[in-house]
Amino acid sequence: MSLWYWFCDVLPIEMLRWDFMKNALLALLLMAPLFGLMSTMIVTGRMSFFSDALGHSAFTGIAIGAICGMSAPTWAAVLFSVAFALIFSYVRNRSNQAADTLIGVFSSTAVALGIFIGTIGGGSFTKYNKYLIGDILSVTPAEIGLLALVLLAVLIFWVLCANRLALTAIHPQLASSRGIPVALSQTLFTAAIAVVVTLSISSVGLLILNSLMVLPGASARNVSKNLRQYHGFSVLFALLAGIGGLTVSYYLGCSAGAAISLILALIFAVTFAMRKGNA
Amino acid sequence: MNLDIHGGSCGHSCCLRVENLSVKIGNDCILSDVNLHVHCGELVALIGPNGAGKSTLLKAILGQRDYEGVIAFSEPGQRSKKPRIGYVPQSPAFDPSDPVSVADLFACCMSKRPAFLGLSKSMRALVLGCLERVHGEELIDKRVGTLSGGELQRVLLALALEPIPNILILDEPLSGVDVEGMETLMDMLDEIRKNYDLSILMTTHDFSMLPRYADQVVLIDRGIRIQGDPETVLGSSEFAQAFHMKGGSV
Repeated sequence: MSLWYWFCDVLPIEMLRWDFMKNALLALLLMAPLFGLMSTMIVTGRMSFFSDALGHSAFTGIAIGAICGMSAPTWAAVLFSVAFALIFSYVRNRSNQAADTLIGVFSSTAVALGIFIGTIGGGSFTKYNKYLIGDILSVTPAEIGLLALVLLAVLIFWVLCANRLALTAIHPQLASSRGIPVALSQTLFTAAIAVVVTLSISSVGLLILNSLMVLPGASARNVSKNLRQYHGFSVLFALLAGIGGLTVSYYLGCSAGAAISLILALIFAVTFAMRKGNA
Repeated sequence: MNLDIHGGSCGHSCCLRVENLSVKIGNDCILSDVNLHVHCGELVALIGPNGAGKSTLLKAILGQRDYEGVIAFSEPGQRSKKPRIGYVPQSPAFDPSDPVSVADLFACCMSKRPAFLGLSKSMRALVLGCLERVHGEELIDKRVGTLSGGELQRVLLALALEPIPNILILDEPLSGVDVEGMETLMDMLDEIRKNYDLSILMTTHDFSMLPRYADQVVLIDRGIRIQGDPETVLGSSEFAQAFHMKGGSV
């Protein structure tokens, strides 16, 4: 961390004089590639809505952890989210209902359970607001360390399984005919999203997570012709929005998460227009 | 009705041997008493009404479905072994907005290096070699979702031919392909089976191509109704009953 602080001090940028800005920037530099990568697979596998539902299920996990008196409800939330992801995968593989219908069922149940547990006995739900809106500016060095570990784990998982995951997402029947265990790949991927979402949610909030998981990939699709461009643009857009959003929030005093999400939306609009021009 | 099987041998250099095969789902018998021999270099077409069990038979041969009976494979002078099967799945629809090139699709199937890092030179050369077999080198950088029905079938065929299999199985390769594309594809299959002496087993609803290309036609409706050369099967009363009476078209 001290090396990073020193590096920021050397840069002639006014907003990086503050430690909380240095922390936030570092957290974003770690998160952007992480979510840029995952975003491509989430969008290709049509799991945008699912990742959103996972974010909501993390609430329930946190509420359960809190009511059990755990000092770090995040770990309870990780457990709950992974269980949620596994049960969802199990039901999806054995139901002929459309995936979005099942996600609706799971998402509303998880949110209702979270609010029910959180407010039981007259409790207030406002203490969970930080998970909803989040505040990247209050991220601590310990949380950044955790993000770095998650990034490393995801990168290793990605390099080992990228081709299988991609083929499963592009065409499950073809993947199955090539001997790829489709159900296992899908389950591993959903579990990975569950862990990443839940570990990131307490430090950065649901709003920014959801936009970072879907928008970079969705924008990159507009302008990419192959997987290399798709991943490259997705990571680039996530980085641009992360740094841009943090800067805007510093000078305008607005929420960093909202600014990042809006810049991502703007990038989507621009790439969409470019795609129209190409067509 | 069934092939002349005497003690499991038919006197040919048999490639694929299916004997007394039945497939059940619960108490429902999808296929029963199927006996079929596919010889090396032979193109066998499976025909039958929808829901007759054609895809089920292919899945049993591919090992994706439980069955009773014998499915064995042997090469001339060799004992039975596990065959290398090339498979082209049915109506493979790709999302037109997916940024996946033909080269990416091959890399995902054949390479350990993550496809999103791009293709190595040797991998690209290998993919070009595969596409050359189906005269499709120019398709390498096209997006998979933008290919026409015929182009997509050729790409998937190229994928199924690497490495060269013992048996090539195609599920409805002619659906979604225009007449010109059908002839191109069938000519290509004909060339491939001659060049590599491999057996081809395909399901189809298009009977116009059969007299020209198929060595054997097998009419399936929950079991084998009739099998033989195309003229015999297409002119049989079983064929008329299976399709005309059920509103099918020839």
